[in-house]
Amino acid sequence: MFFSIFPLVVSLYLSFARVRFARGGVEVQFVGLANYHKLLFGSEQAHLLGVLASPSPLGWLVFLALLAGTVFLLVNYARSTGRTALGLVLRTAFAVLFLALAWLAVSTLNRDGRPGTLMVTLVYVYVGIACQYLIGLGLALLTAQDLPGRRFFRVAFMLPMMITPVGVAYMFRMLADTGRGPFAPIWQAMGLGDFSWVNDPWGARAAVLIGDIWQWTPFMFIVLLAAIEGQAQEPIEAAVVDGASRWQIFRHITLPQILPVSTALILIRMIEAYKIIDLPNVLTNGGPGTATESLTLHAFIAWRTLDIGSSAAIAYLLMVLVTVMSVAFVQFVRRRTTEIV
Amino acid sequence: MVKRFFHRTSAFRPSPFERTLSYLVLGFWSLVVLFPLYWLLVTSFKLPIDVNTGPKYIPFVDFQPSLHAWRYIFVDVWNDTARPYANTVIVGITSSVLALALGASASYALVRFEYRPRLGIIGLFIGCVLLAIVFVRMGVSWPLATVVAIALFLLLAQTIGRRFRRALANNDIAFWMISQRILPPVAVVIPVYILFQQLHLLDTRIALIVTYLAVNLPIVVWLLRDYFQSIPIELEECAAIDGASRLRIFWAIVLPLSVPGLVATFLFVLVFAWNEYLLALFLSSANAQTMPLTVAAQNATRGPQWWYMSVLILIMILPVIVAAIVLERFIARGLLVGAIKG
Repeated sequence: MFFSIFPLVVSLYLSFARVRFARGGVEVQFVGLANYHKLLFGSEQAHLLGVLASPSPLGWLVFLALLAGTVFLLVNYARSTGRTALGLVLRTAFAVLFLALAWLAVSTLNRDGRPGTLMVTLVYVYVGIACQYLIGLGLALLTAQDLPGRRFFRVAFMLPMMITPVGVAYMFRMLADTGRGPFAPIWQAMGLGDFSWVNDPWGARAAVLIGDIWQWTPFMFIVLLAAIEGQAQEPIEAAVVDGASRWQIFRHITLPQILPVSTALILIRMIEAYKIIDLPNVLTNGGPGTATESLTLHAFIAWRTLDIGSSAAIAYLLMVLVTVMSVAFVQFVRRRTTEIV
Repeated sequence: MVKRFFHRTSAFRPSPFERTLSYLVLGFWSLVVLFPLYWLLVTSFKLPIDVNTGPKYIPFVDFQPSLHAWRYIFVDVWNDTARPYANTVIVGITSSVLALALGASASYALVRFEYRPRLGIIGLFIGCVLLAIVFVRMGVSWPLATVVAIALFLLLAQTIGRRFRRALANNDIAFWMISQRILPPVAVVIPVYILFQQLHLLDTRIALIVTYLAVNLPIVVWLLRDYFQSIPIELEECAAIDGASRLRIFWAIVLPLSVPGLVATFLFVLVFAWNEYLLALFLSSANAQTMPLTVAAQNATRGPQWWYMSVLILIMILPVIVAAIVLERFIARGLLVGAIKG
């Protein structure tokens, strides 16, 4: 208890302060909200939020669609019978945050804008988790079949999780080398011999994402496999007798049964994925520019330059973001999916 | 029932075409998973010139394997390898065993006992911590400030603590536990660094063990809570009627019944502690360095020393792979007990 509250409080205090290393210790000076101001509006804004540009037509379309959907959901809730004042306030607050993030996405992810560390982290988290979940689910379904040698595949698919993330990062650095890596002939055959992943922002981000997916798919795989193996067999046997197709069985029997586990799993991964640091740090060192820098890496770089106040402020922003996102996820998604079953 | 559970045939009986397709997909993904590992293995037997002059795939065919990297790691710099390795083993195993022991009792308590901590007491505690910080800022030495704050907290809790009405329930404690995991390590690491600096524990194994314990405890509590909940309470009531003490029930009934869950959780926590990089980077320098740092350190001024790095990664993951193979059957069965509960 002491060990978890103490750092939290001190960290909060540090995020309002400027820390200087003095002889025999540190000197802490209270500066109020200056650290946050610097990050959100001041000199660090381009670093954290990115360079904003007016969105492309497609961006406008996406944003307006999201806006309409959010407003519709809010109005729907406000007119429903089970509404409470607190629920309405919290939902409105989340909707505003969500729309702000959506606006950030459409205005930085186009040709003129440049995504900051916040947007990059969001891309890592959501694209990465979507891929990991789909691949993990597919593999789990395949190895749950009655196939000879499936035990070998199961153990093999678990392996990437066992390697230290730093090791994975260096390994992928080796593999991504287009000149000396194992895939060099393929690159040369495609006429990309001189192409370098890390010179291109999206190439570098893709490299980080591929590494992340490679490492964390096993986690999804193991738990989903356990869930699929654990489901009741009787309904499936009955459905087989009734002549249901594979897809129907999956859609109407398996999927509802593994949904609660899936949401719990996605929640765990979401919490962990927001804290990604090893891969971008080793693979690209956050570069080119700040193209692959995640929030944690941003905080780490601030710490390394002895700007401890800013570092704590970034960490706190990240924590607020993760907390809001996971609470919203639990409230909106998990509750609904656990009710279905 | 139990027998049917473990010796059942799957309802999916794939046709030959589906079987071929499945094997193709599975084979493809095994290639994706195993090729990087194969590449590590090959690289560890390469001379620098073989690494740097373009891809070489098969030993004895397109390059002559050499043991130089293995010799370097195991003979030339044996001290620099053995010490981090010992640190990793000690820190990893100690902290996961401790986390498992503490987490198991904590989550069992959360499942079977009612807790109703008063919100006011928690507020008081936080207030006293803040007060202590203010004292330290005003120039009071920190041991004195801590003692004063604790005394004040106990005094206030005894006198006005009874008046608070609002209380938390077990589910709130559990969620609070989970929320500990939400906290990014970067947010924790600065105060933890200062704390250990004040205690003169920086760069020791104790600091790492305590930190990993605190970081991994939420995972243990979270996972084990589901397992314990799935144990029928009738079993425990029977034992209680027969005169078994709480401790004995926990030790002789609950723990053996949840062995798969314990094993699976242990493996997860071990993997996390074994591989942790960021906290180790902050809290250790020379003496308590762990293997992830050693691996990262092979990125020297002359560029990454791929061959040494490969050797280090290989010897580092070997024990965990063995553990994974041994524990595989437990995991599939173990996670499922908790997973059904959601």
